[in-house]
Amino acid sequence: MTKRNNKETARKTVVYALLGLWALMVLFPFYWMVLTSVKSYSAYNAEYVPKLFTLSPTLQNYADAFTQVPLADYFVNTLIFTLATTAIMLVVTVLAAFAFSRLDFPGKDLAFTGFLALMMIPTELVIITNFVTVTDLNLRNSFWGLILPSVTSVFYIYLLKENFAQIPDELYYAAKVDGCSDFRYLTRVMIPICRPTIVTITILKVIECWNSYVWPRLITDDEDYFLVSNGIQTIRESGFGRENIPAMMAAVVVISLPLIVLFLIFRNKIMEGVSRGGTKG
Amino acid sequence: MEKKSLKGWLYLLPALLFLGVFMVYPLVDVFIYSFEEGYNSASQTFFGTGIYNYRYVLRDPYFLQALKNTFILVVITVPLSTGLALLISVGLSSIRKLRNLFQTVFFLPYVTNTLAVGLVFMILFKQTPYTDGLANLILGLFGAGPIDFIGGPYWAKMFVLCFYTVWVVMPFKILVLTSALASVDETYYNAARVDGASRWRIFSRITLPMISPTLFYLIITGFIGAFKAYSDAVALFGTDLNASEMNTIVGYIYDMLYGNSGGYPSYASAAAIVLFAIVLTITVINLLVSRKHVHY
Repeated sequence: MTKRNNKETARKTVVYALLGLWALMVLFPFYWMVLTSVKSYSAYNAEYVPKLFTLSPTLQNYADAFTQVPLADYFVNTLIFTLATTAIMLVVTVLAAFAFSRLDFPGKDLAFTGFLALMMIPTELVIITNFVTVTDLNLRNSFWGLILPSVTSVFYIYLLKENFAQIPDELYYAAKVDGCSDFRYLTRVMIPICRPTIVTITILKVIECWNSYVWPRLITDDEDYFLVSNGIQTIRESGFGRENIPAMMAAVVVISLPLIVLFLIFRNKIMEGVSRGGTKG
Repeated sequence: MEKKSLKGWLYLLPALLFLGVFMVYPLVDVFIYSFEEGYNSASQTFFGTGIYNYRYVLRDPYFLQALKNTFILVVITVPLSTGLALLISVGLSSIRKLRNLFQTVFFLPYVTNTLAVGLVFMILFKQTPYTDGLANLILGLFGAGPIDFIGGPYWAKMFVLCFYTVWVVMPFKILVLTSALASVDETYYNAARVDGASRWRIFSRITLPMISPTLFYLIITGFIGAFKAYSDAVALFGTDLNASEMNTIVGYIYDMLYGNSGGYPSYASAAAIVLFAIVLTITVINLLVSRKHVHY
């Protein structure tokens, strides 16, 4: 029996060592970014062998990040872009999901099949024409140019439609008898019932918007409209002067923090939502 | 019924407008672009139709470099990340203590900005006049070199790109595999244990077949995702990827569209369609293979 216990303990040790090692791999870059961001410029550059800790942390780099480069502007832009895109996406998605799940109209099945087919279209294929369209509409370097092509997510319509369809029909007929209109039924009954799914969709979209890089990079070259991803790239290539790594890391911390906080608050919702419908990787 | 039909389409209208303008129309248009020769985006004219754009792209050394980079990246990172994620997920499901903590930590890279964290990887690997960087310090412990991983030899750069890509894609795979493992019916395991089956046997004969659909789903989405690699490379090597020999197919498309070498939507379209054809082919092959090997 002891032999078996020993073997079990050994196995457990190996498992924990493996998991611990990967946890270290994941956390180390975050640690390094925070650590570097509180080292002073001179201290950092004097370390030929980088130190794993610092005894004299400074917040000067954060001050530099906000004063020497327009980090606050990037931040506000991203916030506007994220909130507007998510809000419009929600309205469009809820209405479409309602039509597909609750209403009857000719051509519905065909339209739904068309929607599903669109799920397989990669962004790379449509982004070229969108670039030309937005340029022709004179919407480059504007929030509308950033927002409009980023709104639609066929997958979220599908996800919400499936959830809406689970609401029993009896509820709808009862509401109809009471003289409730379709729109009122949607806002007063369906949306409250499906709130968890709607919250999930919202959070996933916020993450997507906050991290979006490719479209904003194509469509903005005026720094006044840069989002954080483009901002960080500009900071890297010309911001503080190439060698001010600590200030750069302070900017990276500031940019990463909102999503990490959001994640820690909505941990379960996000992980559940991603396992149902996230794709990255 | 008449009133109702109008109503249905009315609710659908916003979605149709957005999808029509920004997805369906571009989808048709990209094919047209790709066959228009000598398209000039300033005057919106072209002088012929044909396959010249494709021939140009397929002979462009930058495209071939991007193609090579992308294929190497796919071949290395997809099996590596899927295997590693399987190992970690199996480990995760076999423990109880600290499990939630580990799960939370492992998921962190998913919610981080690829561009921002890529900068951290860059400074960890970069060799500058001031420091060899932490990665080289660790290499030094084993008596190896300093190597400039960011501006140095091709394989060093490719190594960092693969390393960072794996780091970025792991959370999704671990999450999906852990929930697949959790959904395997406990009674199979109990029955096997009663029969005295070994751990390895239980894993290879029960667990693996039961999660094989998930595994193939991850491999397929992994292939698709890796073929579209771009932001990771920008984060590590900067926006001028051609200069650092680290461009990817998607990077090539965007460079053709915009930037210093941009202004050629026709070449960009042709490259995008070549990419789409590759991804489609690989996905179909994957599906055929999975039909043979997925067990239920």
